Amino acid sequence: MSAPTTTGPPPVAAEPAGPAPGARRRTRKHRRSWRQALRRDWQLYSLAILPLLFFLVFRYLPMLGNVIAFRRFQPGGSIFGEYWVGLRYVKMFLTDPTFWEVFTNTLILGTLTLIVCFPLPIVLALLLNEVRTRRLKRFVQSVSYLPHFLSIVIVAAMVMQLLSTDGTVNQIVQATGGDPVPFLQRPEWFRTIYVSSEVWQTVGWGTILYLAALTTIDDNLYEAARIDGANRWRQTWHVTLPGIRPTMVTLLILNIGTFMAVGFEKILLLYNPLTYPTADVISTYLFRMAFQSSNFSYAAAIGLFEAVIGLALILSANAISRRTVGTSLW
Amino acid sequence: MVTVDSSTVEPETVEPGKAVERLNRPRRRRGIQTTRGYRVFQVVNAVVLTGVVVVTLYPFLNIVARSLSDEAYIIAGEVSLVPRGFNIDTYQLVMSDSLFWTNYRNTVVYTVVATAIAMVMTTCFAYVLSKHHLKGRTVLIGIAVFTMFFNGGLIPNYVLISSLGMTNTIWAIVLPNAISVFNLLVMKAFFESLPVELEEAAAVDGLNTYGILLRIVIPLSKALIATMVLFYAVSFWNSWFAAFLYMDRQDLLPVTVYLRNLIAGAVGAENVGAVSEANEVQAEATLKAVTIVLTTLPILLVYPFVQRYFVSGVMLGAVKG
Repeated sequence: MSAPTTTGPPPVAAEPAGPAPGARRRTRKHRRSWRQALRRDWQLYSLAILPLLFFLVFRYLPMLGNVIAFRRFQPGGSIFGEYWVGLRYVKMFLTDPTFWEVFTNTLILGTLTLIVCFPLPIVLALLLNEVRTRRLKRFVQSVSYLPHFLSIVIVAAMVMQLLSTDGTVNQIVQATGGDPVPFLQRPEWFRTIYVSSEVWQTVGWGTILYLAALTTIDDNLYEAARIDGANRWRQTWHVTLPGIRPTMVTLLILNIGTFMAVGFEKILLLYNPLTYPTADVISTYLFRMAFQSSNFSYAAAIGLFEAVIGLALILSANAISRRTVGTSLW
Repeated sequence: MVTVDSSTVEPETVEPGKAVERLNRPRRRRGIQTTRGYRVFQVVNAVVLTGVVVVTLYPFLNIVARSLSDEAYIIAGEVSLVPRGFNIDTYQLVMSDSLFWTNYRNTVVYTVVATAIAMVMTTCFAYVLSKHHLKGRTVLIGIAVFTMFFNGGLIPNYVLISSLGMTNTIWAIVLPNAISVFNLLVMKAFFESLPVELEEAAAVDGLNTYGILLRIVIPLSKALIATMVLFYAVSFWNSWFAAFLYMDRQDLLPVTVYLRNLIAGAVGAENVGAVSEANEVQAEATLKAVTIVLTTLPILLVYPFVQRYFVSGVMLGAVKG
């Protein structure tokens, strides 16, 4: 054993450098047990080789590929770029007014989606929970899960049909005496359209975890609440909601984690230059930067910024929730 | 030879039906609930839920009605739930388009290949991660879980895929999505819940790790594997962006991108000039409706039969948390 390499497929966390003699003893012991583990479990490790390769190539290599945010990149050249340019591209987007516009749009769309799409599944789950007729409950559930399984392209296509000048929405507008509105070309309508189609597609499916959590609440708690004189409303408030709180917190953290990545694909399908003022978000902006302006490094810098914010958001949401309500993802 | 009677050892969570059953079980009556207010609430609740059903189903029915209507009635804005000027000409038109069928076939091929690869990769890795005694297990889990919260982003991925020469090949769609960490964690949690004694007995009988996985673990996990196959299949069936990004040859596209190109003809991000040409949108209204119907149909047909597997899959994932 000469070189301090770690053998075997599983990458090993580097031993922290400690005081020399102790460290050497620990390393040797460590290495020997690795040899034992490999001899005993080599078949298991062999099963992990391909998946690990997958993670390294398709997940971690792109993370490293983000260095092109700080390097000059030429299409067709090295995937890690040609030479360092420092923070040029970061400075570029920080001083780019369009960037701040799309940044604001991202925050607004993210916030709206969170405010509307997070509580609605809870409400729907509570309503479903009160349904006494089993058939009806099952039917409503089945129907409301359905949109979840549609491709985002189909959803976008349906939205376009419903909102076209001859579509249902404009039929209603005309029936109530208004003039047809080309909704998809009006920036002031984009946020409404985006959030409501999001509601249509996600709310039903979002109830599943809450309904599951609701079945785990002990019936005796309701019994006790009733003896204490609580009516249905107070039972819901004091027993049901606390019962599903861990689920709520977990889903809230997850929602916050995807806050920055607001439905990139849907926006790409639904927006157009006329609605850019409200519809263009960070991810669609960097998409155009890369694939229409061929400015890959600039786009990568923006993408990295977005990903770092996303990571920071989920870490802090998790930390806050662990401190305050004692629920966390890990 | 080790044989396992799956009906006797299957742990509770295996049966997807049961999980759904529990989910759907009406809550036991909380005593006498005949106050006036509660009866009013029940009525309001029924109305609200009916509204939910109507709003959810309306777009589907509307599309079907449009697809069967005459163009003139659509442009006049007279089609909502019932087809006007009933005809199936447009169906014949779309179905005679060979590109549509080529792309449909592509979708099927991509979905089958991608799901098969994803299942092999996910099952193997989940099984490895479920072995608590394994040295380095925590590191392996960390490697997978970290990618849930941080990823390379669009541009580095694109640069990587193109420099690997995967553009215009099926691999650009299949390989970058070969493992979904969520599905991986669900499977891992399930494998952990299997009784260890079975595998120990199989090992005593001389099966090696591969044999145990193939002959004991996988047969015990049939229901879960069905669920995972469905999860993957739906996500690949529905995906469009990878193909949109990495493929420029029409005959390689999946049907989702076919539909996307059709609808984007009028109001897409790419066609800057065409936005104001509202006429173009309307001339193709029926065509679009038909394509939407034909693309959605397989999912609608399969959905009633597989829905409960999805529900149980989500619940298994939730148990893990």
